[in-house]
Amino acid sequence: MPAIQSPGTEEIHPDVELVARAKEGDAAAFEQLVRQYERQIFRVAQHITQNREDAEDITQDAFLKAYEKLDQFQGNSKFSTWLVRIAVNESLMRLRKRKTSKTVSMDEDVQTEEGSIPRDFAEWRPNPEQLYNQSELGDILRRTIQGLPPGFRTVFTLRDIENLSTEETAEALGLSVPAVKSRLLRARLQLRERLSRYFAQKKEGKTA
Amino acid sequence: MNCTDLLSQLGDYLDDQLSEDLRREVRSHTAECEHCRVVLNTTHQTIEVYKGKELYEVSPELRERLHDAIMAKCCKKK
Repeated sequence: MPAIQSPGTEEIHPDVELVARAKEGDAAAFEQLVRQYERQIFRVAQHITQNREDAEDITQDAFLKAYEKLDQFQGNSKFSTWLVRIAVNESLMRLRKRKTSKTVSMDEDVQTEEGSIPRDFAEWRPNPEQLYNQSELGDILRRTIQGLPPGFRTVFTLRDIENLSTEETAEALGLSVPAVKSRLLRARLQLRERLSRYFAQKKEGKTA
Repeated sequence: MNCTDLLSQLGDYLDDQLSEDLRREVRSHTAECEHCRVVLNTTHQTIEVYKGKELYEVSPELRERLHDAIMAKCCKKK
């Protein structure tokens, strides 16, 4: 099926060709796409579910779904964004199954008071990278993001850890751009608040 | 610009999406308001400290296992 591109105006993403080949049954092309995104999909799933085995299952299921639905992929978004969307949906479904009595969606836990006023006004000096070694810092960052409600955790993961654009994040989550922006700000402020407690403690410990 | 206005512009400021006029207003507010200055700086540091961090490492063994499992599932479907 010929790809319609106006000649020479926009650079074509290399995935476009791989997807076209995969649609025609080229297994090597599909395998190349798997290789490119398997780690990212696993990380996203693990951030959302906070569970390694779930993340492994979700990664496999997400690629299988993508493979089965490849014909439905219209190319309106990037292939990677489409894939992330599948993985996010699978992850949220997994969370829902885990807490049987409670529903988990992108709307859950984010109905907090709009524009909650930040507290904790201590600067972080020296910066965290200088205060802790890499593995200590990794522990703190993991523990801190784990404490966020799933809706906030997901937005922050896609936008600020995996570096998707605001528009891509909106597409991957099925949210509007303003909704992503508002959730992202609240996620960032909550994380800031939680990290401030850590980094303030360490500072006091040092000067005491 | 007051503290509430600053909060509503903070996300776009951090993402470098504000017009130059608004950026200037943010800067002049934070020059005078210590609370907002600290919130802005530490929120910026929060983003920076997480940016691109692979908090869940995928070891070569895990990657191989995952990759093989994905390909086995997909090929079986054919």
